[in-house]
Amino acid sequence: MARRAWHDVAEAFALPLLALGGALLLFGAFVWFGGHNPLEVWQLLFVGAFGDAFSWQNTLQRAAPLMLTALCVALPARAGLVIIGGEGALVLGGLACAVVPYFVALPAGLAGTSVLLLAAALAGALWIALAGALRQFRGVNETISSLLLGYTAIALFKHWVEGPLRDPASLNKPSTLPLDEALRIGTLGSYDVHWGLAWGVALCLLAALWLSYTTNGFATRIVGGNARAARLVGLPANRLIITACAIGGASAGLAGGIEVAAVHTSANASLIAGLGYAGILVSFVARHNPLAIIPVAILFGGFGAAGSLLQRRMGLPDASVQVLLGFAFVLILASEALRGRLLPFSLMPQRAPIPTAKPA
Amino acid sequence: MSDTAFLDVLVAVLGGAIRVGTPFLFVSLGECLTEKSGRINLGLEGVLVFSAMAGFGGAYLTGSPWAGVLLAGCCGALLALLHGLVCSLPRVNDIATGIALMMLGAGLAFYLGKPLIQPQAPQIPAIALGGWSDSPAVQAALQINALFPIGVVLALLMGWAFMNTRWGLVVRMVGDSSDAARALGTSVNGVRIAATTAGGFIAGLGGASLSLHYPGSWNEGLSSGQGLIAVALVIFARWSPVRCLGAALLFGGAGALGPALQSVGVSGYYYLFNAVPYILTLAILVWTCSPKRSLKGAPLELGVSR
Repeated sequence: MARRAWHDVAEAFALPLLALGGALLLFGAFVWFGGHNPLEVWQLLFVGAFGDAFSWQNTLQRAAPLMLTALCVALPARAGLVIIGGEGALVLGGLACAVVPYFVALPAGLAGTSVLLLAAALAGALWIALAGALRQFRGVNETISSLLLGYTAIALFKHWVEGPLRDPASLNKPSTLPLDEALRIGTLGSYDVHWGLAWGVALCLLAALWLSYTTNGFATRIVGGNARAARLVGLPANRLIITACAIGGASAGLAGGIEVAAVHTSANASLIAGLGYAGILVSFVARHNPLAIIPVAILFGGFGAAGSLLQRRMGLPDASVQVLLGFAFVLILASEALRGRLLPFSLMPQRAPIPTAKPA
Repeated sequence: MSDTAFLDVLVAVLGGAIRVGTPFLFVSLGECLTEKSGRINLGLEGVLVFSAMAGFGGAYLTGSPWAGVLLAGCCGALLALLHGLVCSLPRVNDIATGIALMMLGAGLAFYLGKPLIQPQAPQIPAIALGGWSDSPAVQAALQINALFPIGVVLALLMGWAFMNTRWGLVVRMVGDSSDAARALGTSVNGVRIAATTAGGFIAGLGGASLSLHYPGSWNEGLSSGQGLIAVALVIFARWSPVRCLGAALLFGGAGALGPALQSVGVSGYYYLFNAVPYILTLAILVWTCSPKRSLKGAPLELGVSR
């Protein structure tokens, strides 16, 4: 008898929730050892993330880039590659977005902004596609190469922002020339959340549709499941894998572009804030499912938003959220071991009894 | 650039090869031991940052740099033990666990290390090998970290032990064929956990070298990916501890190039020169890897070499 479908679904929700609960407990114990009241910490975590309209706006603001950087991990992962260099694609995307106006006069408004975002996506796509191509054509491990490419991208970013592209007016904080007012990305209606959130949600939905309902997406998942079998049935594995990497990289590049065009208004060091690395965690918690990325990114955006509150109210170091995320990541991975064993035995799907041989 | 400036850069790079290369040496030896047993620990980056913090804290609180070094090693071993245990669970991917450990190690280090950013800790003594020269530049460059000779001995010892001892054979067997190990009644997970933990201890010494010798203070930007470069470095060294020594010195020299050029006035490309180790690693990977065959000398159970 096949496993019951509800059983898998229940486990898919229960395992990450259990792991996150465990991470919150561990984090509570951790701050308790440091002499803080864990109850107060948990309460502040909730209030800072989802307590009122202001915290919700802060949370959603932070969730938007996380959705896009998580896609940079999730899509290559569905094609069978572990890419962790999203940070590099993000900073290059931001740089590309800030640099285009140096060379071309852009029309104001939507058309100009689209060109900026297109440049950002292209920069990110090329960077991650390079990691995928190195893996496919040269056999270089993509995890390590994407990370090295990420560090290289950050060095290039710093070199250009503090060197040739520096705005002479930016004294203490080297930046590129600020984007023209007409090219920036505005907020959603009267809320303090920019359009990046809509981009993030839309791209996650599109990615889910692509993976589930198109031939190309299906083929990509086959390649990710078993590359040898995929080649055997004649699927162009190299092309599919590199495409998945490019789309993922484009998302991360877009995240950088949106951060520049909506938040920082110029490319500077504030862009290098670990959004790419947080995206890795989001994607793993969502088990590389683009639909699940949306709520998970909102949750982790909330943790980020609550971090500054913890710092202000309780004097915890700013790294406290990183500790929480670290606990969460380890437990999420460890919880994989419980898959298929979580429910009590009586609820587990029964195996069909082995037919006994009858004498003829 | 004049002749003396060129010489200054050369001396600074050679000295820097040892100064910057010492953490590379320890982390790559730790990673080498871990990978020989058939697992890859990307989390050594987290181990490095965490143990650098612990070593600094230990030296600051006890007043003895060697107590700090010991504490750094133990903290590194503890974090690596977590990696070993989690990876022994069924269906847990060692690469993903490494990424998680990288986050956790850095988070814990930044959290616990907040009060350590200001104070000064006693430093690991330096061995002056430059007494024969009158040039202060040469003398400064040959102030050798006392941990470096320990690392050299360790590299030679590990190279010998892998080939000539029962323990080395067991680690290599587990790394090359877990089936063979099981058939002989060796606990595969047990050996891997032990190797990962010991590797974490060795990598922790590298952390101590960062915070207690060069740069010699604790701050959040202390490690810039040395732990990850070490992973690539082990591939470059083809899983041989002795070759790790040479590779670490090469990478140390590449890392010292940026500051050395800045000191003689070439500062326009500071960040690009700092990126040389990453680009060098990538170039070496592209050069040595091939999709057609697995790498020579790679432990067969290792996922990364394929």
